[in-house]
Amino acid sequence: MFDWPTFLESLPLMAQALVVTLQTSLVGLAFGFVIGIAVASMRLSPTPLLRRLGGAYIFVFRGVPLLVQLLFIYYLLPRIGLPNIPPIGAAIIGLALASGAYIAEIFRGGFLAIPHGQLEAANLLGLSPWQTLTRIKVPQAIRLTLPALVNEMILLIKASSLVSVVGLADLTRVAQNLAASNYLFLQTYLVLALFYCLINIPLAGLGSLLERRLGRSA
Amino acid sequence: MNDVTTPILTLRNVGKRFGTNQVLKGVDLDVQRSEVVCLIGPSGSGKSTLLRSMAFLEEYDEGEIHINGQLLGWQSISPRRRASRSRLNQVRSSLGMVFQQFNLWPHMSALGNVCEALVRVKGLTRSDAERKGRAMLDKVGLAEKADAFPAQLSGGQQQRVAIARALAMEPSLMLFDEPTSALDPELVGEVLQVMKQLAADGMTMVVVTHEMGFAAQVADTVAFLDGGHIVAKGAPRDIFHDTEHPRLQQFLQNYLDRNAFWQDLKETPA
Repeated sequence: MFDWPTFLESLPLMAQALVVTLQTSLVGLAFGFVIGIAVASMRLSPTPLLRRLGGAYIFVFRGVPLLVQLLFIYYLLPRIGLPNIPPIGAAIIGLALASGAYIAEIFRGGFLAIPHGQLEAANLLGLSPWQTLTRIKVPQAIRLTLPALVNEMILLIKASSLVSVVGLADLTRVAQNLAASNYLFLQTYLVLALFYCLINIPLAGLGSLLERRLGRSA
Repeated sequence: MNDVTTPILTLRNVGKRFGTNQVLKGVDLDVQRSEVVCLIGPSGSGKSTLLRSMAFLEEYDEGEIHINGQLLGWQSISPRRRASRSRLNQVRSSLGMVFQQFNLWPHMSALGNVCEALVRVKGLTRSDAERKGRAMLDKVGLAEKADAFPAQLSGGQQQRVAIARALAMEPSLMLFDEPTSALDPELVGEVLQVMKQLAADGMTMVVVTHEMGFAAQVADTVAFLDGGHIVAKGAPRDIFHDTEHPRLQQFLQNYLDRNAFWQDLKETPA
């Protein structure tokens, strides 16, 4: 049933691909967080222009499928005179832009849940808008929205399987290549599924752990 | 500017409108150094709006407010142009405020709440800030609660932390916006006690309150607001005893009726 020698032989390649998937997803997520916080702040800004720009960002990057965004970044941007981007760069940019749109909406909810009086207190004590954002709003928004944020992280890691379309040797791409040469489709894709679980199960666990630890102080 | 005869806070003809609703209609008030002024009045009379205007949490749109001789919030009065953020912060740096809902930051310990602005705004080192923060918590009787988070504290304790947080910035004027209105009756006393001590130490205070006992005991001046005006102002004795003002009399009678439940019991045979 299960071809162990072939499986063991494929392990080094899969492990390498795991690193690529992790790197791409985590760096993409990190930038996605920054974009998300920035866009959420724009959406809640008193300035109408900023609010509209934030809204437009979410409309575009939440509305267009990630696959299409990736193709756009990798194949179309160089056509209009921008420099060629390596596959990993295109993958990270794509994941960051898309996750930024989702994270922005999560953070917007988190920001709105913070009682306004806390921000008045910060303002009166002389904290700058930047200090209020980083010291008061973001730490609380993360606590308030942790389940949704972990959910988004897991979704993004799974969605990173799409980066194989720009030729990046991530888990999905490598598994496809392996299956094409060993013809063990079922086994190879089963192993692929397990690899994704290998990332996401600990991530979910980490999320619950954080929720419990932060819950004590919030 | 710090001359003892100069009021620390002056309001001249201050007006504020929300849409078509004129909430403040030309309020004049002087607060001298070390004076305790209590603002009383029915809900909707504008007392909270007036207090919030003194911190520029509401942008008053008529008249002028000066703190230590400096115009609050506006760069110029006609035409009205907002002062820059740094200018506003500079004028506001001499005032501290305590809110009805405490407004502590729930993700920081009591000490963290007190130290945050000391480190970020005053530029103290972490250890200097903590030393000062602990001293402030000690002052409000909460030295042993420094590491507790707001959710682990009672309402009265949270409000005392909020007072310590404001005091740590060394304000020369403290504003209190109904500081005991969100508290269980049993916890009101400990907060009022801290405020009495502050007054005794010579802090200048403006207090919006429904605690008439506190106003009678601690205030130098009581101002009664109704319909966006200060309609009566004077020493507690003049306001609570000798007033002829019908609206104020009615307000006080309401308060007395609410707090005289035992009188009814006495008259009812058991």
